[in-house]
Amino acid sequence: MADPLQGAVAEPGSTPAAATAPAASPVGSASSDGSSRGRRRRTLHGGTSIWVALLWLGPALLLIFGVVVFPAVQLVRAAFSKYSITGLRLGDAGTTNFKNVLNHSSLPTVLANTVIWVVVVVALTVLISLAVAQFLAKDFFGRKVVRWAIIVPWAASLVITAKLFTMIYDYYYGTLNLILTTLHITSGPIDFLGDDRWTMASMILVGIFVSVPFTAYVFVAGLNAIPDDVYEAAKIDGARPWQIYWRITLPLLRPAMVVASVLNIIYVFNSFPIVYTLNDRNPGFLHDTTITFMYKLAFKSAEKDVGMSAAAGIFNVLLILIVVVVYLRTLKWQEQED
Amino acid sequence: MAVVTRAAPAPMGTRRKVGWARARRYVLPLVGLAVALAFLGPYIVMVLNSLRPSSDVVQTPPTFLPRTWQWSTFGDVLGDQRFLNWLKTSLLVATSSTIIVVLVAVPAAYFTARVRFAGRTAFLFLVLITQMFSPTSLVVGLYREFFDLNLVNTYLAIILTNSAFNLAFAIWILHGFFSSIPKEVEEAAHLDGCSRFGTLTRIMLPLTMPGVVTAVIFTFIAAWNEYVVALTLMLDDAKKPLTVGITSYVTGYEQHWDQLFAASIIAIIPVVILFAFIEKHLVRGLTAGSIK
Repeated sequence: MADPLQGAVAEPGSTPAAATAPAASPVGSASSDGSSRGRRRRTLHGGTSIWVALLWLGPALLLIFGVVVFPAVQLVRAAFSKYSITGLRLGDAGTTNFKNVLNHSSLPTVLANTVIWVVVVVALTVLISLAVAQFLAKDFFGRKVVRWAIIVPWAASLVITAKLFTMIYDYYYGTLNLILTTLHITSGPIDFLGDDRWTMASMILVGIFVSVPFTAYVFVAGLNAIPDDVYEAAKIDGARPWQIYWRITLPLLRPAMVVASVLNIIYVFNSFPIVYTLNDRNPGFLHDTTITFMYKLAFKSAEKDVGMSAAAGIFNVLLILIVVVVYLRTLKWQEQED
Repeated sequence: MAVVTRAAPAPMGTRRKVGWARARRYVLPLVGLAVALAFLGPYIVMVLNSLRPSSDVVQTPPTFLPRTWQWSTFGDVLGDQRFLNWLKTSLLVATSSTIIVVLVAVPAAYFTARVRFAGRTAFLFLVLITQMFSPTSLVVGLYREFFDLNLVNTYLAIILTNSAFNLAFAIWILHGFFSSIPKEVEEAAHLDGCSRFGTLTRIMLPLTMPGVVTAVIFTFIAAWNEYVVALTLMLDDAKKPLTVGITSYVTGYEQHWDQLFAASIIAIIPVVILFAFIEKHLVRGLTAGSIK
């Protein structure tokens, strides 16, 4: 893999997108043949030493190593340590913490919740966002207002939105129950956050609600990158609208789809405030995902076990790495099949 | 459109096309209204709930509109010292983190976009991996680190965390923007005797302003909305940011729904304005930054 960014999501470059990127300046039209450019580059960049590179990248490396890599190391260290309930390190624990996590009675539930949460939220988000993006790309009266409206759930803090939904979902005072009973869709109110049959669905709805705006915007960007002449050509050839969508729009949206789904998998998997806030009053881990499970182990549960939480954290990091890598591999493999 | 009509001269189809073209003018804005309402609906509930006394929010049967309109909540919240402290923290943390991210990400993104050097791949890979971590998954490690450094309950810890975890996205976006500028632009400047740093500040940055603005606003918003790290590291009520602070309006002990919602609205407004401001760049930023 020559360039990791390219490997994952394709680097921007000689693309339709690049044509709309800010650089179509007059200087860009200066012609140059490959060989002379290569020679010039060598004279310009050939002597780059590691020290020069460190000068430019140093601050970034410092920040990444200090606040991402080092805590990751600390996490590993904590996972192999024993802690008192107040968070003091008592000594080595070997692999006890990992075993405790794997043998935790709630683990199967938590894992199943995580799978449902990630798969349903990401899949429905992508589907809904495709429709929304297609709609936003059209020209109509009031489009700007609609675009601004869609931004709001993206801009608002997740905790605030989650808190708001605890009120909207409320059994006695909630607006949703008011709407449902007023329209006679249900005979009585539903306890969305207290009734175990509804809790996950209620959380998923909020998850989708906050994920669609970003995803739709990625798709709008993807749609904008498709040149108009492709559509013109298809129309001249007599393609029907759904054929155009299925054969042209969707395949050309593929890069946007990859970006949107990978980022969404990461965000939704790591999502904390929604599950944590909406699930606040339920004891135990019945509706927790692996992330809130991990957090509660250290800071909220009866155990307050930092070591065990760290072990769960390591499982989390590995899990998301594996999922993303497998997903990208599958895509690559599919691409080669085509 | 016209081409298709001519190619398929069935009168039925033509009539339907004309009918749709006319209906489209009314149907699309109506669908747009529905979509806008779907996304704004919950926040409309929030506004309405901020305009009624807390006792009216929790009263059966519920009503859509306030039974009593109470306009004083916003004034109360803005006069509440607790709220002002949280607001101060949010402003301080978001601004500092954004400044750090820009200062750190711009050189890194520019250098990796332009120069091939040993370790470039490794660096970009590191950035990509960072993107996959969230502060949430590392929160225990972060807590241990700052605990050992005696930085729990300090602004610095939160600012550093927000900077580090937003760095990857900023580098990613900027890397895309810098790469999209033809090399010739810079080489001309080089030949004119401009240093690499001079090229960056005088030529590349003005050309990639939309990218920089996008990165700035994204970082600011992410830091403004950050929750888990602040929840874990800030124990002192006066030093909490808005996201953590306002949840204490409604707890098991006190229930000030009106204040919670008014404070939420005050916290959301600046972010929505910032977002609306980059709305035009948003699509372009995402395009150049991540999509081929």
